Amino acid sequence: MTILLVNIAQILLMVLAAPMAAGIVKKMKARMQNRQGAGIFQPYRDLSKLFGKEMVLADHASWIFRAAPYIIFTSTVLAASVVPVIVVDSPFSWTADVIALAGFLAIGTFFTALAGMDIGTVFGGMGASREMTFAALAEPALLMSIFVLSVTAQSTNLSVMIHHILDAGILLKPSIAFALIAMLMVSIVENGRIPVDNPGTHLEVTMIHEAMLLEYSGRHLALIEWATQIKLVLFATLIFDLFFPWGISTAVATSALLIALGLWVFKLMLFFVLLVIMETALAKMRLFEVPQFLSTAFFLALLGMFMHYILEVGAQ
Amino acid sequence: MSTELLQQIITMGAALMLLISFALLSQKRMLSLLHWFALQGIVLAAVTALVGYTSDNTELYVSAAITLLLKGMLLPWVLWKIIRQMHVHREVEPLVNMPVTMLIAAALVVFSYQVTLPIEHLSHLITRNTIAVAMANVLLGMLMMITRKKAITQVVGFLAIENSLFFAGVGATYGMPLVAELGVAFDVLIASVVFGLFFYQIRDTFESLDLNKMEK
Repeated sequence: MTILLVNIAQILLMVLAAPMAAGIVKKMKARMQNRQGAGIFQPYRDLSKLFGKEMVLADHASWIFRAAPYIIFTSTVLAASVVPVIVVDSPFSWTADVIALAGFLAIGTFFTALAGMDIGTVFGGMGASREMTFAALAEPALLMSIFVLSVTAQSTNLSVMIHHILDAGILLKPSIAFALIAMLMVSIVENGRIPVDNPGTHLEVTMIHEAMLLEYSGRHLALIEWATQIKLVLFATLIFDLFFPWGISTAVATSALLIALGLWVFKLMLFFVLLVIMETALAKMRLFEVPQFLSTAFFLALLGMFMHYILEVGAQ
Repeated sequence: MSTELLQQIITMGAALMLLISFALLSQKRMLSLLHWFALQGIVLAAVTALVGYTSDNTELYVSAAITLLLKGMLLPWVLWKIIRQMHVHREVEPLVNMPVTMLIAAALVVFSYQVTLPIEHLSHLITRNTIAVAMANVLLGMLMMITRKKAITQVVGFLAIENSLFFAGVGATYGMPLVAELGVAFDVLIASVVFGLFFYQIRDTFESLDLNKMEK
């Protein structure tokens, strides 16, 4: 019973802390560029403002356009509920494995693209076509890099995989290093960060994700933005779970949970610092280079898989 | 240092060798191609030195030093000089497009793993797992020679094969005798000089380094 409560608490933590995480990233980035930047609670103010605002719907909008924000938000929260944040063996993590997790994320992407096309504007269609081109390449790379871990742990369930990594201890395994790099590359694309997409711009030639959301306003926009913020934290947490799960609590005990929480926040901050440094240092790459970037990620993950079979299975 | 840790480091080196082979195949510019080639030499030297440390074989340290100087520094520099002097087009021109080449490369890795599986069962060295990687590297070098138009990229492919064979020797048998090692190193050096002369001859005769033009 208590583990269920902890599980619900960790889902709420991820959902409610996501806007603050986005605020922290923005603040760090501003400081890095010698700007003052808005406070870290600004995203909450933005969201509450948007929730309170009147919605403007285009005359041609069909039910898809109206339903999409709710579907996107729900699928993202569902995906977030599967990922263990501070405690392993949470009841929700047994309900779905990593393939289902990738599926939840794909539903979100799919409906974002549909909504972009539904309204019939040029930007929406352009954004949707770009997003789908990249999603089709990002999905295999994401799954392949997760599968490297799954093959090692012989399970696709996140809790089992975490247990396996915790038991194995710190190992210098090339397969996992390759999978990690591939996973980082994919998460940049999936979250639309620099150098693939710029979350801060509304310049029509470069945007991918934002282009599909141009017609949204009011609470619809708020839901989608919130979902985007959750997705960033979700990917970070997924990377920690798969590659650096140390510190996560294996039992429901107050002290262990607090340590796990502290370490999660610490890892998240470290991740954000790296993200911000990368976003400040790199320029956005040309749109046509993104498929090559993604296929590199896929081949890295594939190499990781080969390494596992050639170098690691034989050694045992 | 424990044997297990050393094994992990050597495994990591093998993984890096394979990664570099893939990187060599996917490069679009001559300069970055040569950078990766130099890196291959350096990684090879590091792995050789590590294997020498594990097996208490001082001759391998000499091989590692030669590898570092020759393959990590001298050859890439010579090739870069040639490219600069001959005003070769700085972009690599593949015959088959990149994604297809990479897929073929992935298939070759699986193939070489399948082929070397029985050999691995015979060996008891801690480096036995690297045989499949070395074999794959040789095949990837050949693939690079086949799928490139320019003479220079083909030579890089050839030198990559030589690196992989050296790696196979180190991994399978803890290195060849030092005499053979020195002979091979010298041969490669001479070969690169001969290649350099060839480049000039090919360009003087056909006014291009594109080998397709030789058929006309």
